[in-house]
Amino acid sequence: MNANGKNNNEHEPMVKITNLKMYFPITEGIVFRRHVGDIKAVDDITLDIIQGETLGLVGESGCGKSSTGRAILQVYRPTAGSVEFEGVELTSLEGEELRQMRRHMQMIFQDPYASLNPRKTVGSIISEPLEVHDMLSGSARVDRVKELLEIVGLNPYFINRYPHEFSGGQRQRIGIARALAAQPSFIICDEPISALDVSIQAQVINLLEKLQKEFNLTFLFIAHDLAVVRHISDRIAVMYLGKIVELTDRISLYRNPLHPYTRALLSAVPIPDPVAEAKREEERVILQGDVPSPANPPLGCNFCTRCPAVTQVKEQKAIDCFTVEPPFSEVEPGHWVACHLHDPPSSV
Amino acid sequence: MAALLEVEDLEVRFHTQDGIVHAVNGISYAIDPGETLGIVGESGSGKSVGVLSLMGLIPIPPGEIRSGRALFEGVDLLAMENAEIRSVRGNEIAMIFQDPMTSLNPVLNIGQQITESLTLHLGLTGAQAETRAIELLEMVGIPLAAERLNNYPHQFSGGMRQRAMIAMGLSCDPKLLIADEPTTALDVTIQAQIVRLVKQLRNEIGMSVIWITHDLGVVAGLADRVIVMYAGRIVEEGPVIELYQRPRHPYTMGLLSSLPRLDADRPETLSSIDGLPPDLILYPSGCPFYARCSYRIDQCMQAPPAIEAVSPNHKAACYVDVTTAEPTTDNPYQEFNMA
Repeated sequence: MNANGKNNNEHEPMVKITNLKMYFPITEGIVFRRHVGDIKAVDDITLDIIQGETLGLVGESGCGKSSTGRAILQVYRPTAGSVEFEGVELTSLEGEELRQMRRHMQMIFQDPYASLNPRKTVGSIISEPLEVHDMLSGSARVDRVKELLEIVGLNPYFINRYPHEFSGGQRQRIGIARALAAQPSFIICDEPISALDVSIQAQVINLLEKLQKEFNLTFLFIAHDLAVVRHISDRIAVMYLGKIVELTDRISLYRNPLHPYTRALLSAVPIPDPVAEAKREEERVILQGDVPSPANPPLGCNFCTRCPAVTQVKEQKAIDCFTVEPPFSEVEPGHWVACHLHDPPSSV
Repeated sequence: MAALLEVEDLEVRFHTQDGIVHAVNGISYAIDPGETLGIVGESGSGKSVGVLSLMGLIPIPPGEIRSGRALFEGVDLLAMENAEIRSVRGNEIAMIFQDPMTSLNPVLNIGQQITESLTLHLGLTGAQAETRAIELLEMVGIPLAAERLNNYPHQFSGGMRQRAMIAMGLSCDPKLLIADEPTTALDVTIQAQIVRLVKQLRNEIGMSVIWITHDLGVVAGLADRVIVMYAGRIVEEGPVIELYQRPRHPYTMGLLSSLPRLDADRPETLSSIDGLPPDLILYPSGCPFYARCSYRIDQCMQAPPAIEAVSPNHKAACYVDVTTAEPTTDNPYQEFNMA
């Protein structure tokens, strides 16, 4: 069994992330820049992404979910830890070797307005990955771009238009076509629908699901909308302040959330049904206060400053959440959680 | 019971370089004292303009209020001079906005910004205003309120800024609070805090609330009545439970079924509304939803349907009775583009 409780010989992990840390330095002084601290955006996470699955990564803004995605792709070079992609260690790769690997891993961005160059035509935006990786040329490349436009549901006739001529949902389709161009096997979707209107969101989700089946893609789906993540993911990891607090398959995350943060997060999501909402309102867990600064996270458990279960842990387990960090452990097959309430018996 | 605010046949346009944008096209609605009205729509549906124009908060030009009346306790807001509307705005009608960072002044401390409306509208002295400001911050749940008065907006988190905005909005005991996407920029756990705060304050003060949002989830738990807007028109209006359980406009039906739900298992694919809302410059002559509607009939092309009662309190703007009619097409947008 590997870190995700799935059998190795059944599902080979495509991406293996071990003790990944991504710190951004805080400096002071203009001439002599002194390093005075770190923003711990990603603080020691271990995670496998299995071939063919969609792994949802959820959390609130600033919890480090996008930094995790970027550190996996080596857009940011991680501070520590290892990222293996199909057995190749990415963190030590440089230059040409890294560029070769990037062909297999692509990204779809949140903001369809900022992620497309306004001075380039749709055709040249989509063919850029082909150019970079020296794939196809001349008319074969144009045919491929037209094919990609059709795959994402746009008219191939749009090839010479500019991004401003398209709506948000259509631009997101262009971004998806670009990500598919080099025939990657792994795509990181970084909040791909958050900037879109409700009626357009469903179109893009359906498209992503269709493409995943058609091209046998593996997705890391980063989002803050738990209802969307529940819909699209096979397994879900919940992040809080740079750490993964819970990881399990999507059914048990919603039926049996174990971490107090996951519970609060789930109960905070409003449901578009007034009758169900009235019932949920009675049981709603509302967290106090805000997320602490990632430059100065709490000593013990990251969540201790807002956690409703701190006194319960103290009484039942005699553990002080403010000083002792909970281990991230597998409490049920495939269900991992970092909370003292669910410490495995052996570690107490 | 007399309505607190009654808007009749409001039409707002914007004159731009590309042509005339038909932002709001003849909407009428009313809100009773103590009632919470949710206005739901996508970007460009006119949900914000329809309300902000009443407050004199759209720039004229390029904006133009073509027609309409907005009676607030019997007085027409749209006929008021600037000075008159200023005495209503922030006093009897309070507003909170989407982005609390851009709606607070970064160079004034929180205390100065809250006391401003207290001295302006209520004529309190400096010391009285400060005491009241501390009370208000405590009421919206900001700890150590007295010290926090001297903080600047950048020292507050997003949720605290929105609380400060609410404190400011409530400073003059308004009769109506207009909230324009107040939780869109906030995380869900903070959104839950703010929604609960507004509910609690609404019940204590007894004010009416207009909550403008694109999020059908927030409105479900908050509003008494809901208005759904599409392309500058009200397409459906009804009591919250009735509207969610028995939507009568194909757009509302489409919206509700395209949302993945947290409490339900996944369907194979989400049903989606194909296509895009119409161009507000080249405004269609028929029903604005025609191109995306699977219930459409020929009549819909002729003239936009008026909003009419489908049951007591429940209105919809559709020629077709969706409870009995069958969809006329499976792929409305594709067929529309072929034609």
